[in-house]
Amino acid sequence: MLAKNIYDVVVIGSGPGGVAAAIAAKQAGADDVLVIERDVEPGGILVQCIHNGFGLTSLKEDLPGPGYAQYYLDQAKALGVEFLLDTMVLDVTSQRKLYLSSQEHGYVDLEARALVMAMGCRERTRAQIRIPGMRPNGVFTAGTAQRWVNVEGWMPGKKFVILGSGDIGMIMARRLTYEGAKVERVLEIQSYLSGLTRNYVQCLQDYDIPLQLNYTIKRIMGKNRVEAIEAVQVDQRWNFVPGTEEIIPCDTLLLSVGLIPENELSRKAGVILDPVTGGPFVDETFQTNVPGVFAAGNVVHVYDLVDWVTEAGFGAGKGAAKFALAQKAAEQRYTPVKAGRNVRYVVPHKLDKQTLEQEEVHLQMRVTKPIEEDVWIEVHGENNSIVRRSERYVRPGEMVTVVLRPAHYAEVCKAGTLTIDIYPKSEA
Amino acid sequence: MQEKFDFIVIGGGVVGSMIARWLSRYEASVLLIEKEADIGMGCSSANTAIVHAGYDPMPGSLKAKMNVRGNPMWDQLAGELNFAFERRGDYVVAIGDEEIPLVEKLMEQGKKNGVPGMIMLNGAEVRAREKNINPEVAGALWASTGGICDPFQVTVAAAENAVMNGVKVMLNTAFLGFITEGNRIIGVRTNHEDFLARWTINSAGMYSDDVMHKAGVRPEFLIKARRGEYFVFDRADIQIDNVLFPVPSSKGKGILVTTTVHGNTVVGPTGTVIDDKEDSSTSTEGLQELADGAKKLIPGLNLKYAIATFSGLRPMGNAPTKTPGLNYNADYIIEIPEDVQVFVNLGGIESPGLTSAPAIAEMVVDLLKDAGEPLVEKKDWDPIRPARPRFRDMTHKERQLLCEMDPRFGRVICRCENVTEGEIIAEVHAPIPAITYDAIKRRTWLGTGRCQGGFDMPRVVNILARELGISPTEVTKRGHGSEYLYRPTKEVED
Amino acid sequence: MEERNLICTACPMGCRLVVKMEGDQVLQIAGNRCRRGESFGRQEAIAPQRMVASTVRVLNGFHPLLPVYTKGTVPKKKIAEVLAEIRKVQIAAPVANKTVIIKNILGTGVDVVASRDMPAKA
Repeated sequence: MLAKNIYDVVVIGSGPGGVAAAIAAKQAGADDVLVIERDVEPGGILVQCIHNGFGLTSLKEDLPGPGYAQYYLDQAKALGVEFLLDTMVLDVTSQRKLYLSSQEHGYVDLEARALVMAMGCRERTRAQIRIPGMRPNGVFTAGTAQRWVNVEGWMPGKKFVILGSGDIGMIMARRLTYEGAKVERVLEIQSYLSGLTRNYVQCLQDYDIPLQLNYTIKRIMGKNRVEAIEAVQVDQRWNFVPGTEEIIPCDTLLLSVGLIPENELSRKAGVILDPVTGGPFVDETFQTNVPGVFAAGNVVHVYDLVDWVTEAGFGAGKGAAKFALAQKAAEQRYTPVKAGRNVRYVVPHKLDKQTLEQEEVHLQMRVTKPIEEDVWIEVHGENNSIVRRSERYVRPGEMVTVVLRPAHYAEVCKAGTLTIDIYPKSEA
Repeated sequence: MQEKFDFIVIGGGVVGSMIARWLSRYEASVLLIEKEADIGMGCSSANTAIVHAGYDPMPGSLKAKMNVRGNPMWDQLAGELNFAFERRGDYVVAIGDEEIPLVEKLMEQGKKNGVPGMIMLNGAEVRAREKNINPEVAGALWASTGGICDPFQVTVAAAENAVMNGVKVMLNTAFLGFITEGNRIIGVRTNHEDFLARWTINSAGMYSDDVMHKAGVRPEFLIKARRGEYFVFDRADIQIDNVLFPVPSSKGKGILVTTTVHGNTVVGPTGTVIDDKEDSSTSTEGLQELADGAKKLIPGLNLKYAIATFSGLRPMGNAPTKTPGLNYNADYIIEIPEDVQVFVNLGGIESPGLTSAPAIAEMVVDLLKDAGEPLVEKKDWDPIRPARPRFRDMTHKERQLLCEMDPRFGRVICRCENVTEGEIIAEVHAPIPAITYDAIKRRTWLGTGRCQGGFDMPRVVNILARELGISPTEVTKRGHGSEYLYRPTKEVED
Repeated sequence: MEERNLICTACPMGCRLVVKMEGDQVLQIAGNRCRRGESFGRQEAIAPQRMVASTVRVLNGFHPLLPVYTKGTVPKKKIAEVLAEIRKVQIAAPVANKTVIIKNILGTGVDVVASRDMPAKA
């Protein structure tokens, strides 16, 4: 069971996008801000990006990923942002109702007045690029290997080949070399480097790790564990160039072949995705087509500098807070109207206090049974009587009306709920 | 002193598991030995998951008989063993008028085999039932008794029910040879111990030829591997709701486009005969063949929505049929050979092997009874193998109750398929323990979604290590030799 | 006289520099499009420097490893030694963000610091 079941702003994901959104939401006046994170600790992908290069523009510092994450997490916590960790969001509706699951809280649901999607990306897999060959163990995406090496504390291989010259592949080439593994080759299918030049110099060139452009993998060899890969050159149309095959013995193949915004939950909420970015269609406040659903960070499109993710997160968080506060104000404008003693029903069921400030509001009701004597018809709050009038009798077949006037506005505001009782004067 | 059993079953695929389950009904000790780290890792876990109606096999063959006998057994079997099975019927689609006679011929063949519930549909009727079908569809055979299942679940469920009823299952136990006395087989040698048996049963799938040769039976019988490659599509992007066959060719039933019990659309298999019985690789040519085959039935099927490829090896045998007067050289071998005593021999159980498995088990029991085996029914045989909770199939309320019962079901490990830690733990401690990543994957469907294990892999490795009381470096993907992790990061080898 | 080809990493542009050297002396730098490139080329040719990020073992920590980094650059030729020194360290949790793990590593004047808080195991 959770303490609350409605929040002003709920953020899905505690990476840089999500945490920035949470901070901005709090700063823009949202009262309850909850961040839901599927991992055991917050930080998102930054937890495993232990290399430097984060915060150069936004913090004027050259920090490693965890340090950058820590900075903003500390800020979020100081502002009173709540966190639910080790918790998976399983479903989201377009009405911003979420279904979550965790060992600690079980299977629960909650509502968000505004929602920020910050789920980041997943990595492109072997199956999606259709590398033929055997399916031994030892074929991992670079991110999975990074998690093992940097967080869990294990080396998933000794001799590596890396497919893809994206930043994560190059960073891992250096990381693995630092921890005593051998990186044989980095292969890149395009004719140009996929990631930053700085990484080429500091991760590959510095360690004499050969990069082959216009190369890809023809097949993977090995039954239980990778034994080798067959590299091959490609032409401009990515066709294999015959005669250029080379078998490279290795025990691990890391794939760094692209990131895909992870929008499964967005789709469930009815968010429309741009097929080019893979992320939601958004406006300048990062609101999607679903009112009150915003998106921030790599889930929108893949960024290359985390500082810009933070900036985007601030924007989305601000927008989400604004939406949430408007929702809350709208909710609070309404006072529920309840049937009390001897009243079967009352219409309207709720009234907008703002209307009563200017105009009369008529409450129409029917009694449960006839009372053939003088009665009081009383409208009251929890602690105050607001209006009382009398009738000589009341019968179920004859509708009863009570008129609330602007003069009653002040007293109505003091009540949480209006209740209407009808009772004989003799019982008063 | 070697342990002695009444029956030793060699090979734990779907056929071996069904045989063990059928034998478990009787007062007899049964041992099932399987060389891999898990049940069903051969053909049984890499096929199209179809329960065939039975119009395809050669009329008069043992294959046809087993198919048509096996098909109606599935409803009861699914109810008893609690695996996913849907009898939703299948189509053999004729693209272009010239294919109609081929489809009609199949229907004739089906009638000869005794297949009920078949009708011919015209092009318009097929288009009404499958919106995405090739507009040049001329008609189709509709076989209402066709079905789909989860073949992993079937195999595991049968084996678990066998274990629950007293069968001993030994994994990582490879058959090496027979122990004989004259022409009588009295036991088997394995890579662990030797075992004695009153009867041995060969259900070794791809290697059933090697096993029977070691018994001196049918030296001319040879199994070749027929490799089938498949594509699996993203459920969210592609939803073909039917089982669609093309017109068959000499290579076999052809490349299907079919739904599965998990809701994914699958395209396959190809059918290349290869030399290496262990070569389950996928090939560029094979994947291209799949793309072309898929487009024949569903022109709009876009490969970019494929989230996985896999391939499976089927045992293609060359046994001549025993049916007199029938010219057919790829029939099932299900026999008690004359020249070797106390041996039940099976071989060449390729498609429709999955469909036939319960019928084959029944036939093996009948052969034993005919041979004079006194099979006394157990009074307390329990045919029911209870299902374990599947979080992703549950309603909100059911999930709430499940988590209250055991909070470990609240921790979702596979994000794409919503598989929880409670389910993983349950499989590790099941009657046939799942102790490798692939075993967990086959049973829970974890790691089969869009990210293909990217998120869950390190977590599953940790859970397996913890539940098995081993180091994470000992956790494997599919058995010894397929470990994930080599050493701690900071222990650099000099 | 020696000619070295370097890629400048002072900014993302990645200008290809050609540095003419005589022994330890830089004679000429060509290919840079700004002054930062020139000073980068000079430094890189004579005494290249790098930031190093790695991990150290943690006892009783929430995770078995704590990420650390050099708060500044160290000579590139010392990287292997720096890593070996870092590998010797074992530190007990809890550790606070920015804690100095190794002061003045190998006399470079640069500290190795913790990249994050590492709480103790729950």
